[in-house]
Amino acid sequence: MTQALFFQYLFAGISYGVIYAIVAIGFNIIYNTTGIINFAQGEFVMLGGMISISLLHYFPLPVAIALAVVITMLVGALIEIIFIRWLDSPSVLRMIIITIGLSILIREVALHIWGESIRSLPYFIGNELTTVSIGPVRISPQVFWVVGVCGIMVLGLSLFFKMTSVGREMRACSANRTAAILCGINTRNMVTLSFMLSAGIGALAGCVMSPITYTQYDCGTSLAIKGFTVAILGGLGNSMGAVAAGILLGIIEAYSVAFVPLAFQDAISITILLIILFVRPHGIFGSSAAARLKEF
Amino acid sequence: MKRLGIKIILGAAALCMLALPVQAGTYKVGAIFAVTGGASFLGGPEARSAQMVVDAINKNGGINGNKIELIIKDSGANPEKAISFAKQLIEEEKVLAIIGPSTSGESMKIKKIAQQGKTPLISCGAAEVIVNPVASYVFKTPQKDSFAVKKIYAEMKKMGIDKIAVVAGNTGFGKAGKAQLTKIAPEYGIKVLAAETYDKKATDLTALVAKLMANKEIQAVVNWSIVPAQAIIAKNMRQAGWKVPLFQSHGFGNIKYVQAAGAAAEGIIFPAGRLLVADSLPDSNPQKKMLLKYKHDYESRYKEAASTFGGHGYDAMNILVAALEKGGADRGKIRSAIENLHGFPGIGGVFTFSPKDHNGLDINSFAMLTVKDGKFVLYDGK
Repeated sequence: MTQALFFQYLFAGISYGVIYAIVAIGFNIIYNTTGIINFAQGEFVMLGGMISISLLHYFPLPVAIALAVVITMLVGALIEIIFIRWLDSPSVLRMIIITIGLSILIREVALHIWGESIRSLPYFIGNELTTVSIGPVRISPQVFWVVGVCGIMVLGLSLFFKMTSVGREMRACSANRTAAILCGINTRNMVTLSFMLSAGIGALAGCVMSPITYTQYDCGTSLAIKGFTVAILGGLGNSMGAVAAGILLGIIEAYSVAFVPLAFQDAISITILLIILFVRPHGIFGSSAAARLKEF
Repeated sequence: MKRLGIKIILGAAALCMLALPVQAGTYKVGAIFAVTGGASFLGGPEARSAQMVVDAINKNGGINGNKIELIIKDSGANPEKAISFAKQLIEEEKVLAIIGPSTSGESMKIKKIAQQGKTPLISCGAAEVIVNPVASYVFKTPQKDSFAVKKIYAEMKKMGIDKIAVVAGNTGFGKAGKAQLTKIAPEYGIKVLAAETYDKKATDLTALVAKLMANKEIQAVVNWSIVPAQAIIAKNMRQAGWKVPLFQSHGFGNIKYVQAAGAAAEGIIFPAGRLLVADSLPDSNPQKKMLLKYKHDYESRYKEAASTFGGHGYDAMNILVAALEKGGADRGKIRSAIENLHGFPGIGGVFTFSPKDHNGLDINSFAMLTVKDGKFVLYDGK
């Protein structure tokens, strides 16, 4: 493998990986407050992309993206309030089935609103042909947007969860719900907030990646599978772990192209998911002691 | 006793009411299209186009006074659903004919069912196997894959290209295309140096492009798929600074992919029906009037660009209407009426069916197109 090819694969892997990581972080936020996996996470990504594309007819790009994020957050809140809030200590299985049902519902609604055609936001800088050269490698500037936005989100989130009292309250809900209630934390509001937060993050991700990956009513499902793999790989609830695992998976996928036919690319990520689930269910970066204390 | 009498009268009246619409005359026609799911960009426009034909005919009083009742079933590109819909339409609804399904996979599953049920089936699937070997009741409207491949290779010969890479999506369409490309290549003295398949949901093909680009012998790339990856491969190739010609299949004939690929779509060469360049055809072209009418009707009603895929549904319905005009409500007569259609201009080409040819189109139904300034234009060589 030539040096140029080596770096080309590396950068391709990073740009895949960061996208997976953002989706995984969305999983983590809801997991951190509710202890459940929201399988409608991929649909938030799709909604963010779709809404911003529709709003672009009326507003400039930054405003359209901001509005799309806000609207998706409202959708997230609405979903939680209508379908989840009134449940009295639901089981994990029940919550998973509900979120899977929601993901199908959102997809069908999106199909009716936007139809089956693919859409995309324009490139934030330049157009489809603009590239930045780093040594022998050429990359689209949009990749930097994705990496940058992801970086800022991870940083902001970890600060939010560690430094602010709302963030700490949200973590308390996940650690021990009864104790959190006894401390006077309104756990139901925290769950709503976590749905809004993860919807917002998903939507923002959907906007920055739209020029690269395109947006279609059913693009959320495959992203959710990759994002879920990454979330497990990095240890559920661990945002930094998700970024590392995302980039790792992206790079593995990219280099795999050199050695096996491309058709096996997705088989590789699913194989990794299965191996991790069997061997280290708490993820590469998670601790097994902490995992044992969790319900799921 | 008196009560019973009233009941009988009421019952008879109810029966009369039920029977009335039948006496007025309706032709029941079934349609199976993938309106949702992975092939919805095919099934959606196909269903809308077929409905448009039916509405226009019913508005003008129907066929010889008989209205058409079109029953559209959404298979979601799922062959199992297509099978149960086909059975339902034939056995319960007792339709005179079925148009669709949208994909080759579904069409192959119900080929036998239609044949055994002696119900004419006009498929919108592209694969050649649907009509080869011929089943007497099964027809199809899209051009054959092999014509598209031959068109591309002929063009390559003109350009002096003989070493190529083939990439395809992992759909039925992609797989069939890849097989045809590798099979027909030797006939034109073309060597396929690399053949790769990617997932139909692929969102980035940078790594694949890097791998192919490292092979300096490759003179051109052929991509065969019907998924958004058509636009992604173009983008990734141009971003990587790879300047070899990119050929696509007739699946690229949707202006939305051109919009999605933006500047990267410029110069892509692909075979397609003439709908996409209808405006620039000479007036002597037998299809021109039909193409412009379809484009105008579809775009003014549905507010979206007409595609060649919708054209397959439009052709299927129009062929069936022509057959109904001759055959009436008799499945066997409808079948032979389709088989005897000659020089019937449609969106895909000019159809001439025969007992041996249930597709009715020849290689000239394809034209070579390219993208210039974000629009489809006829390709006239460099």
